[in-house]
Amino acid sequence: MQSRTLKQQQRRFIWIFLTPGLLTILVFTTIPAVTTLSYSFFKWEGFVRGSFAGFENFQNLFRYPWRDQFFAALTHNFLVFISIMIIQTSLGILIAYALFRLKRGQRFFRTVTFLPVIFSLVIVGYMWQVMLNSYFGPINKILTDIGLESWAQPWLGQTSTALPTLVFINLWRWVGFPAIIFLAGLNAISQDFIEAAQIDGAKEGQIFRKILFPLLAPSMTIITILTFIGAFEWFDLPYVIGGTVGSPSGSTDTLALMFYRLSFGSADSVSNDIGVGSALGVIIFIIVGLGAGVGSNLMRKREVEQ
Amino acid sequence: MISKVLTGTFFKAVLIVNAVMILLPVFFLFNSALRDTGSFGANPIELARKPAWSNFTQVWAGGEFPIFLKNSFIVTLGSLVVILICALGAGFILGRYQFKGNNLIYGFVLTGMLVPAKLAILPLFIQLKWMHLLDSHIGLILVYASGALPAAIFIMAGFFRSLPADIDNAARIDGASEFQLLRLVLAPLVRPGLAIVAIYSAIPIWNDFFLPLVFLQSPEKKTIMQGLTVFFGEYSSQWGVLFAGLTIAALPLIILYLLLSEQFIKGLTAGAVKG
Repeated sequence: MQSRTLKQQQRRFIWIFLTPGLLTILVFTTIPAVTTLSYSFFKWEGFVRGSFAGFENFQNLFRYPWRDQFFAALTHNFLVFISIMIIQTSLGILIAYALFRLKRGQRFFRTVTFLPVIFSLVIVGYMWQVMLNSYFGPINKILTDIGLESWAQPWLGQTSTALPTLVFINLWRWVGFPAIIFLAGLNAISQDFIEAAQIDGAKEGQIFRKILFPLLAPSMTIITILTFIGAFEWFDLPYVIGGTVGSPSGSTDTLALMFYRLSFGSADSVSNDIGVGSALGVIIFIIVGLGAGVGSNLMRKREVEQ
Repeated sequence: MISKVLTGTFFKAVLIVNAVMILLPVFFLFNSALRDTGSFGANPIELARKPAWSNFTQVWAGGEFPIFLKNSFIVTLGSLVVILICALGAGFILGRYQFKGNNLIYGFVLTGMLVPAKLAILPLFIQLKWMHLLDSHIGLILVYASGALPAAIFIMAGFFRSLPADIDNAARIDGASEFQLLRLVLAPLVRPGLAIVAIYSAIPIWNDFFLPLVFLQSPEKKTIMQGLTVFFGEYSSQWGVLFAGLTIAALPLIILYLLLSEQFIKGLTAGAVKG
């Protein structure tokens, strides 16, 4: 009898405690997400829903006038993913390893390395916009002062350098994140492995390549997945710097910016199309979901156990 | 031996170069905030020997900044209250009870984690309008809470699961109700989890400009990061003032970070490190 009332009491509490959280997620995440999916199957006139359109909105993304924008943006997202993986991740590992073998002062350098991660991208974006300003910016000024005048250029103002410069700003803001994750990975590796290898006369480089790096695979999986998601949903930084159209001349356009334009319209582009926009939202979600899912499965298999 | 010293120096140099690369722009930001706008034309990089504190008073006296900051505090703290209460309750249930539907609820929370609010922004906009929550802090708070809750619930469930089951039974035998068990016995024990959830959720909310940009229109309701975008337009030619504004917006988090850097690093990487 006692346990029965306890069970009943527990059952009531289960729902009292679960409901507020689940309801919030349901109303403000799940329902809007499902609605996006439903929007993508209808024709839209401004904010008014028209007739059922089947997959036409999805097909329209591959037709004039969206096709070129779509593939340009997709290419940019892909390039950003690859360059972040190559530059930011290697630097992250380098910094993590440098922190790992540091005996004193680790705390100071760790705090500094992670500092930009807490900055708002609005602040990061504007700060670097001024830093890189063609006429008054300190970067070009320094280049001129040290005799590299020919290198001084409108970094964010020309199509050839705008996207790489955004990747660089992203590097400044984010490199501390993979560094800390890899440092945690290194710290989790048993000291015995390293000592055993040292006794066998292995050089530092060999120890890193043959022992530490393979054991960092779980951290690598996580960083790759997070980078993939971040790269294909890239919005804040290009928006703050290049606006909704990916200035200059669409060279910093991304799928998420295009999605924003299609949803809300933009001063200097074709008017909005909610149907095509929602279809693009669904496609971004599929890319991110598939990429993260398949990627994590493939990479998990290659991880080695300690 | 020599090569060992050299590699040691190399890795130290990596850290020093990295620290300089990170700190120089931050120093440039603070230094520029104390410079007279007129002096930028002559030399963009110059030490502010005579600090122009008037930049800060000008930003503050404009009257918008105190309001923006207050709004950001309201939205961030409001979201935190909702997130912590909901995640405490749901984490308690999912971490400590075996019941039918347990896995189903886990799956539901997980799907919530996979959908970024940005991709559902339009239906969310229409839905908030219909609920009369557009251009309101409460609407914004609920959207932020919903975005942070899935991860928050998982983190809390993990902390609850790590506590020994005997605690519950001992408290129940002593006559504690489930509510008392959570509030008096377990909640104090999962405080480290709550701290992680708080940092994990609060920083992105404080820093966000996107959702306020879409959901808030009234000037008196705008948050600090959203307000900055307006501010830049107004003061685009007054660099000293502009940098003072940036500094004021950046400072609260920088100070908190310097005081609690360990907790910040732990909190912000909570989603990425296997617990």
